Amino acid sequence: MKIAVPADGSNLEKAVSLSFGRAPYYLIHDNTTKQSEVLDNEAATSQGGTGIQAAQFLVDQGVKAAIVPRCGKNAAEVLRAAGIELYQCQPGSVQHNLDALAGGELSLLEAIHPGLHRHGGR
Amino acid sequence: MKLAVLSGKGGAGKTLMAVNLAVVASPALYVDCDVEEPNGHLFLKPGAIREVPVKVKVPRVLHEECDGCRACVDFCRFHALAYTNKVIVFDEVCHACGGCALVCPQKAIMETDRIIGRMEKGVSGVQKKLEVFTGFLNPGEAAGTPVIRSLLKELPETTLTVIDCPPGSACSVMESIQEADFCLLVAEPTRFGRDNLEMVHQLVKLFHKPHGLVLNKTTSGANPSEDYANTNALPILGRLSHDRHLGEMHANGKVVAQVDSHYRKWFETLLCRVKQEVLQ
Repeated sequence: MKIAVPADGSNLEKAVSLSFGRAPYYLIHDNTTKQSEVLDNEAATSQGGTGIQAAQFLVDQGVKAAIVPRCGKNAAEVLRAAGIELYQCQPGSVQHNLDALAGGELSLLEAIHPGLHRHGGR
Repeated sequence: MKLAVLSGKGGAGKTLMAVNLAVVASPALYVDCDVEEPNGHLFLKPGAIREVPVKVKVPRVLHEECDGCRACVDFCRFHALAYTNKVIVFDEVCHACGGCALVCPQKAIMETDRIIGRMEKGVSGVQKKLEVFTGFLNPGEAAGTPVIRSLLKELPETTLTVIDCPPGSACSVMESIQEADFCLLVAEPTRFGRDNLEMVHQLVKLFHKPHGLVLNKTTSGANPSEDYANTNALPILGRLSHDRHLGEMHANGKVVAQVDSHYRKWFETLLCRVKQEVLQ
């Protein structure tokens, strides 16, 4: 199963990004093959529809779970439609959170915020 | 003549200028394009209002016709569409460009109307022969430009139309000044005001619009906006001193040109100077 984590840096020791849509990177970890890859988040500089674009990107990567600090409603709608589970991250590094998920210590994200930005960049 | 009043930042004095210019110019038409928070009507108190809804086209996907090619999702630069196992449409993010329906090879996207706001067309209750058009964008909507476009379409013939623009220098301002014969910029004597003035100045130059500046809230102190105008060949058409009495009249919903003869004269002079600039 592929797990995505929005990340501030390009390695596992960096913190989970505070933003889902505007994280500079996504770290995608496959817990079957134990392989990780870092992908640039093209939505990070988007002028609008950022959450939707970022969610679409994760859907296209075949991700099945994401560990996030929070998530807006538009992104959540796309992720849910694709059956991607959202987990609430803990303070700490990407690696810590991947370990916590593997150990069953993360809970599902409950609160979905209504969006931080006015939509559409106009 | 169509006169657009704009400023980079909010609170610089656009509505003060636009409302008072429209009053001293009457017979005239005042159009409030600041559709996210129109406030000219608070001063001009229009009556006999005719309400007209503003609609945009939004995509409706015929899912049984869709083969999942994603041409629509890839085309949408506003990211209003997503594809999981079917196309998801985000109405509030959609800019109603119609592109998705055009690029769909299966003809699986049709468009339906969605109401995003309204226009109110009336006549001022405080000034004779002054028509007042106001645009209202429904809360939560992304783009006010369709409301602005509707407001400025098929304007009645008057000697002067004053267009009260939204703040900033983005799409909604561009839409508001498109048909303007002259752009009147308003700026405060602050660094922030100066930087925003530079942005709208660049915008009106980009649109090749004749333009001039009013310095609002001037004091005996430094005026970065005035310095900018002087070093960038931006003609200064008027200076309005910082005046608590003016602020109080305006804050109480008074049209200052109607209640204070000094200010009436000031706005008449400004209107004259604008007309001279247009004729040049």
